[in-house]
Amino acid sequence: MVTALDNDITDIKADNIGDFTFPERNKFDAGFGVSPRTVDYISDVKNDPDWIREFRHKALEIFNSKPMPTHWATKDLDNIHFEEFRYYLSDGQKPKRSWDEVPEDVKRTFERLGIPEQERKFLAGVEAQYDSEAAYSNVKKVLEDQGVIFVNSTEGLHKYPEIFRPWFGKVIPTSDNKFSALNSAVFSGGSFIYVPKGVKVSHPLQAYFRINSEQFGQFERTLIIADEGSEIMYMEGCTAPKFETSTLHSAVVELVAMKGAKIQYVTVQNWSSNVFNLVTKRGIAHEDAEVRWIDCNIGSRLTMKYPGVIMKGKRARGEVISIALANSGQHQDTGAKMIHLADDTTSNVVWKSISIGEGRSTYRGQVHIPKHLKGCKNNTECDALLINSSSRTDTYPAISVKGNKHATQHEASVSQVSEDQIFYLMQRGLTEAEAMSLSVNGFINDLVKEFPMEYSVELKRLIDLEMEGSVG
Amino acid sequence: MPDTLTAPASLATTAPTPSADLPQWFAERATTAWTTFDSLPIPGIKDEHWRYSNAKRLDPAAFHRATPAPESAEAEAVASSIGLSDTAARLIFVNDQLVQSDTHALPEGVICETLTDALIKHPEVVQQHFMQREAALGSAKFAALHLAHVQAGIVVIVPKNVVVENPIEVFHWVATENAAIFPHTLIVAGDNASVTVVDHYRTLGEIPAFSCAVADFVAQPGGRITYAHCQELGNAATALHLSSTSAHRDSQIKSFQVQLGAAFSRSESISDLLGQGSRSDMISISLPTASQVVDQRTLQHHAAPHTGSDLLYKNALYDTSRTIFAGLITVDEGAHFTDAYQTCRNLINSEEAEANSMPGLEINADQVKCSHGSTSSPVSDEELFYLKARGINDHDSRKLIVQGFLEDTLSRLDHEPLRHLIEQRIESKLASIA
Repeated sequence: MVTALDNDITDIKADNIGDFTFPERNKFDAGFGVSPRTVDYISDVKNDPDWIREFRHKALEIFNSKPMPTHWATKDLDNIHFEEFRYYLSDGQKPKRSWDEVPEDVKRTFERLGIPEQERKFLAGVEAQYDSEAAYSNVKKVLEDQGVIFVNSTEGLHKYPEIFRPWFGKVIPTSDNKFSALNSAVFSGGSFIYVPKGVKVSHPLQAYFRINSEQFGQFERTLIIADEGSEIMYMEGCTAPKFETSTLHSAVVELVAMKGAKIQYVTVQNWSSNVFNLVTKRGIAHEDAEVRWIDCNIGSRLTMKYPGVIMKGKRARGEVISIALANSGQHQDTGAKMIHLADDTTSNVVWKSISIGEGRSTYRGQVHIPKHLKGCKNNTECDALLINSSSRTDTYPAISVKGNKHATQHEASVSQVSEDQIFYLMQRGLTEAEAMSLSVNGFINDLVKEFPMEYSVELKRLIDLEMEGSVG
Repeated sequence: MPDTLTAPASLATTAPTPSADLPQWFAERATTAWTTFDSLPIPGIKDEHWRYSNAKRLDPAAFHRATPAPESAEAEAVASSIGLSDTAARLIFVNDQLVQSDTHALPEGVICETLTDALIKHPEVVQQHFMQREAALGSAKFAALHLAHVQAGIVVIVPKNVVVENPIEVFHWVATENAAIFPHTLIVAGDNASVTVVDHYRTLGEIPAFSCAVADFVAQPGGRITYAHCQELGNAATALHLSSTSAHRDSQIKSFQVQLGAAFSRSESISDLLGQGSRSDMISISLPTASQVVDQRTLQHHAAPHTGSDLLYKNALYDTSRTIFAGLITVDEGAHFTDAYQTCRNLINSEEAEANSMPGLEINADQVKCSHGSTSSPVSDEELFYLKARGINDHDSRKLIVQGFLEDTLSRLDHEPLRHLIEQRIESKLASIA
C-alpha cells in the first residue's frame, strides 16, 4: 500500500538513510537557550519529583560556572552557541507499547531505519526516542516476567526510585565536565534498565535515538544496572537529518555492573555532519564484573566521546572496542578511560580509525593505576588509517602507573593502504574504489566481528558509503 | 649559612644588566626577555604541558644568580671534572665563570668559544641561530629567564666539510647554595661538517641549586651533530634543560640525555626536521631513586618530506621516584614519506614508584610510517629466576637486568669512549642503589 507519506520520501536516495525529516508537531517546546526557566519548564512538563528539580537547577549552575575545555580540546567547541538550541521538544504523548499506536510520521521514521523489523527478528526489547521523548517502548513479556525493567529514564525515576536514585549521577557526577552538567540540567529520555540477580538476557535490548527538529539539543540519560551475576547487551543507534544549522547531542550514560555481572554496550552512530556529539559514558565494574563498550562513530561534525570503566572490585574487567570514521568536515575525537581501583583488574582498549578526505580522527585515552594495588594490566592498541593526503590523525594517550606489580602496554601506528595491495586487487578486476573499500573493511574487520551480526552488516555498508568518491 | 642581610636578591626580582661590550641586539633581546619572564605566570597544573608535573618546583624566587665561587671551590671542581681522555676541547665553568679552557686540539677553522666571546667575535652567526625556536613545550617563562641571564656556555661553529673527531667536553658546576646557573650550548655544523659535544651538569656537594640550561643545534645540509648531556646535579638541586634542533637537508642529529641527579629534572627537547633526508635521534636514560622526579617533554616536528626521527626514552625507577614522559610527533601537511617512531619504556623497581607516559601523534600527511609505544612493567620473574638459578644473587641479578634494559639506548651511541663514559656514570649510580 502506498501512502502519501511514502510518496514524500520515495525520492530520498537509499544511501542517505537518515537524511529526511517530518514536520514538527510539538506540544511542548522549551524555546531557545537554557536558563533556570527552561529547567523549570522541563520539570513542570515532566512532573519531576522535587529532588530531580533541585538536581537540575544545581547542574545548571555547575554548567554555567565551567569553562569550555578548549585548553586541551579542539577550538571548534567555541562554535557551539548554547543560546541557539532548543532544549526540550515533545508532542506530549506517552510512549506507545504497540507499534500500531505510534504516530504515522514517527513510525515511518523508524520503519525507514528498520527498527520494528529488527525487533521482530532478534531483539528482546526496543525503545525509540524522537527528539526529547520516547515514542515507542516495548520489552518482551518473558523478560518482564523475570523482573527485567526496560523503560525510559522518566518512567524509571517515577516508578522505581528505590533502584534508580541510589545510582543516578553516581557513576558520572554532574560536575564531571561541562556537558555532563548540561545534560544533568535538561536531560530527557534515554533508557533505564535493571536486570535482576542472575538473569542472563539472551537477546540484546535496543534503543534508537532520532533527532527530527532543527536547532535542537538531544540530552538523553541512560542508566543500566546489572545486578549480581546478570548479563545484558544493550545497543543504541543514532541518526539525525542534515539541517542548515548545527544540532547538539549530549548524552550521559551510566552503567553499573554489580558483582559478577556483565554489561555490553554497543553503539553505532551515524549522525549527519553538523551534529556536535559530546557524550559522557562511564561504567563501574564491581568484583569479577565486566563492562565492555563497543563503539562505532560515523558522521557528526565533532564527536567527543571517551567511554570509561572504573574497575572498582577485584578481578573486574573493562574493555573498549572503538571504530571511528572521519570524513571531510568531521572530527572524531574519541578514546577510552580505564581507571583501575582494585587488585588484579584488567583492561583492554582497541581503537581503529579511518580518516578520509580532510577528516580528522583523534585518540585520547587515559589509563590510571594508583598506589598500593597489584596485578593490574592494561593493553592499548591504536591504529589509524589515512586514505587521502589531506587526512589527519592524532593520538594523545596518558598512562599513569604507580608501583611495580602491574603491566601496561600502549602501541599506536599510522599507516596507509599500501599501493601494492591496491595494485594486487585491481589486477584481479576490482576498481580502485572497490579495492580501497575492501582494504578498509579488512583493516577494521577484527573489530567489526565484535558487533552483533545485524550491526556489523550495517556497519560495512555505512563504511562503503563513506568511502564513495574518496579515491580516484 | 648566608648572612640574611647580605643575601643575594632572588632571581625573580633581579633584572639583568647585560654588559656594555655585548652587541646591541643581544642586550635588547635580554631586556625583552626579562619583560616576558616577568609577565608570564608560573604554569599551573591545568596546563597540558605540565600535566602530572608541577612548575612550582622551578620557582625562580628560591634561587639567586650565581656569583664567582671561592678559588678553593673552583679548584675542587676542576679536580673533579673527570671525563673523556681524548677531547678536541675541554672547558670548565664554575658558577657560570670559565675557570679552565683547553682548545688546542681543535681542527683548524673550528670555533669553540664561550658565549660571551662568541657574541663579540662572531655576532652574526650567533644572532642567526641563538634561541630562535620558541619554547613550545611549556617553559616559555623559564626560557625567557635563561635569555635574560645567560652568559656562560659555549658556541661551536664547525666550517663546511670539517670533521671534529674527538668530542668537545664541557663541565658546568654550581658551587654555591641556592645559586642558579644559565649554561648555553650553541652548535652549528656547516655543510657536511661533523662534531660531538658533551655537557656535564654537576653541583659541588649536595646543595640546593638550579641549572637553567638551553641548547640550540643547527645542522646545515649534510652536517652531523652528536650531543650528550649528563645531568648529575646533587640530589637537592633542580635542573631544566631546553633544547631545540634544526636539521637541514640530509643532516643527522643525535641527542642523548642521561638523567641521574637533581630532585626535580625537567627537559624539553624539540627536533625540527626542516630539510629532506634529515634525521633526528633522541635518546634518553633516567635512573631516578629516592623521591627524584624526571619530567621529559619532546616534540618531533616533521616539516619536510622524506625525513626520519626516532625517539627512545628508557626509565628505570626506584623508591618513590616519578617519571613523566610526554612526547609528540607532528607531521606537517606535505611532509609525506615521513618515518617517525617514539618509544618510552619504564622499568618499575619499587611499589611506590610512578611512571606517567603521554606519547602523542599528530599526522597531517600521507605515506607516513609512524608509531609510538609505551610500556611500564616490573622486572620479570622469569628473568630473575634464570639469573638466580645460575648463582647470581638477587641484588646483582636485578642490576644486570637493569643494565640489559638500558643496553639498546647505549648501543645507539657510536662513539666508543663516550659510550664508555656514560656507562661508567650509570654504573656508579647503580652501585649506590641498595
